[in-house]
Amino acid sequence: MTDVHTPPAAPPTGTPASDLQDERLRRPSGPGGFLSLLLDRVRGGDLGLLPVVAGLFVIAVVLQVLNPIFLSSTNLVNLLIECVPVGVIALGIVCVLLVGEIDLSVGSVSGLASSAVAILFVNRGLPVLVAIVAAVAVGGIVGWVYAQMFNRFGVPSFVITLAGLLAFLGLQLKVLGAAGSVNLPFDSALVRFAQLAFLPAWLTYVLVAAAACALFASGYAHARKRRSAGLSSRSVSLLLARSAALLAGLGFAAWYLNRARGVGWMFVLFVALVLMLHYALSRTKWGKSVYAVGGNAEAARRAGINVRLVYTSVFMLCSSLAAIGGVLAAARLAAANQSSGAGDVNLNAIAAAVIGGTSLFGGRGTAFAALLGILVIQSISSGLTLLNLDSSYRFIVTGVVLLLAVTLDSVARRSRKSSGRA
Amino acid sequence: MASSPTRAPAATAREAVLSLRGITKSFGAVAALTGVDLDVSAGEVVAVVGDNGAGKSTLVKILSGVHAPDGGTITFESRQVSIASPAAAHQLGIATVFQDLALCENLNVIENLFLGQELRALRLDDVAMEVRSWELLRQLSAKIPTVRIPVASLSGGQRQTVAIARSLLGDPKVIVLDEPTAALGVAQTTEVLNLVERLREQGHGVIMISHNMADVKAVADRVAVLRLGRNNGFFDAATVSAEDLIAAITGAHDNVVARRATRTAPSTSSSTGKAAQP
Repeated sequence: MTDVHTPPAAPPTGTPASDLQDERLRRPSGPGGFLSLLLDRVRGGDLGLLPVVAGLFVIAVVLQVLNPIFLSSTNLVNLLIECVPVGVIALGIVCVLLVGEIDLSVGSVSGLASSAVAILFVNRGLPVLVAIVAAVAVGGIVGWVYAQMFNRFGVPSFVITLAGLLAFLGLQLKVLGAAGSVNLPFDSALVRFAQLAFLPAWLTYVLVAAAACALFASGYAHARKRRSAGLSSRSVSLLLARSAALLAGLGFAAWYLNRARGVGWMFVLFVALVLMLHYALSRTKWGKSVYAVGGNAEAARRAGINVRLVYTSVFMLCSSLAAIGGVLAAARLAAANQSSGAGDVNLNAIAAAVIGGTSLFGGRGTAFAALLGILVIQSISSGLTLLNLDSSYRFIVTGVVLLLAVTLDSVARRSRKSSGRA
Repeated sequence: MASSPTRAPAATAREAVLSLRGITKSFGAVAALTGVDLDVSAGEVVAVVGDNGAGKSTLVKILSGVHAPDGGTITFESRQVSIASPAAAHQLGIATVFQDLALCENLNVIENLFLGQELRALRLDDVAMEVRSWELLRQLSAKIPTVRIPVASLSGGQRQTVAIARSLLGDPKVIVLDEPTAALGVAQTTEVLNLVERLREQGHGVIMISHNMADVKAVADRVAVLRLGRNNGFFDAATVSAEDLIAAITGAHDNVVARRATRTAPSTSSSTGKAAQP
């Protein structure tokens, strides 16, 4: 084929869109063709969110069989809220993993932020908003320092953040002082937001309907723009089906959760953060440069991207999100103490990002990885607690699931290489 | 030098869009380039050939703004300019396709083409970018089935096409290709040489660094030989023989290739080329 302008031997439906004119391109039609394309992608190692969704399904079924309370409305309401603090931290981890780096100190930074917000708010009597902003700013500064060490001296992020893990744990203990624990008043706005604030039932349905409408409207506008530019586009019926599926899925979830206390505002905040990060990663210049730096930093530099600025923004974003997670954890617990952000917070956040499908090798993953990954981890935790198994089992099972996820990532990477999608 | 006539670096009467005069660059005690001249005019392909260490890569880096020259002048569109950074080169209208292509394999063709130059920073205009990508690729008659696959799944020649298409994005006057065929197979090499031909037809000035005499003879209008950091002759690609080129590159007329050429074709004159001794 030498001239792409002439469409290949007239297909039945007239001239194909200008991006589908190559005769080597298979044009799937109907749901069957769509499925076979999907199957091809999975075989090629382009797994996307498929493994984590499948894993979540298996875990839910197994735990429900072992203990019928697991999928009850009450338990799910709690489960979703418990997800939020570590889930927010995992969002930041997704960003650093995308540029091919790591932050091991998110647990300590979240603990420091917990302590900072408690001290400033309770002991110093500052307004709660000021305390929150200050705590998050501390996180941002930590990320900025990491980025300077990384950019200027070329210290591996692994080592910088390992040092940060220890140093900020120390700082947290210092800030908390001899008492080692600060309680947040139960009637403060922060604690009420984390423990008692639920959406009224009608509002959940309004939001669900709005989400479905927004998905359809944006899809329709995009499809129309592509059509007018002579490109292939999704059909209206497909868009409608997609929105209807979303409406049905979220609507059912909302109804089921509303049988108990409903959807917590804190979870809504988490979802909003996920959507915002998703937009920033997929629809802005900054997002493209993050993926580019994770894929080939030298190529990104030669393309005129300020690679150092990308690293700085990502480290700062990660630490800031860790600090937000810490504030939410303190609010949820109504206290900050020496074990805030300690224990498994660090590893759960990293595991959530990886289980959700973010590649440890950089350049691959989405914001939804944090949401789905933390759901898996929290489900295991909640399910095993319901079975009266202590944390030893929880650690073991989470460890096994993490290993599975990383193995899947590595195998997928290999099959991407062999099928030319590396 | 066997090939006799001494000529100015510009072989054509057309005004050069880019001309280098007396470019000098040293790295410590090593003089990588000494008084190098080079001209390229619109719609002309100038091949730069030379042995390892002849200074080809240094020349590319000076043109692309990676290194600043120690001495000499660069004239672009009759203005004397300095190329301080890759961005400055790009702004002037000098685009460079590096030997390793500098593509991000995890991104698709559109994302690679527009990397660092995306349309609408805060709400990417992917439709306009896709339309423009197809325009660029069709302009090059590129054989890429879809622009929505990661670059990792493209062949070497297709990747080279993407890299060249990306260099065309800012509508440059001069395109520098560093060893565009070095890593390619026979069919892909032909594909890339066709691209170079097409760039010339569209009025771009092309500077092609190459090791491959056959490629040079196939597409170049003129050949500039570098040897040990100095100009070692300018030849008309249509008339110069491979032996003359190799003689100029190695600096010795007496070598295996030349001896063999005289053995097998004693009638061939070796002074068809036009050479300049600095």
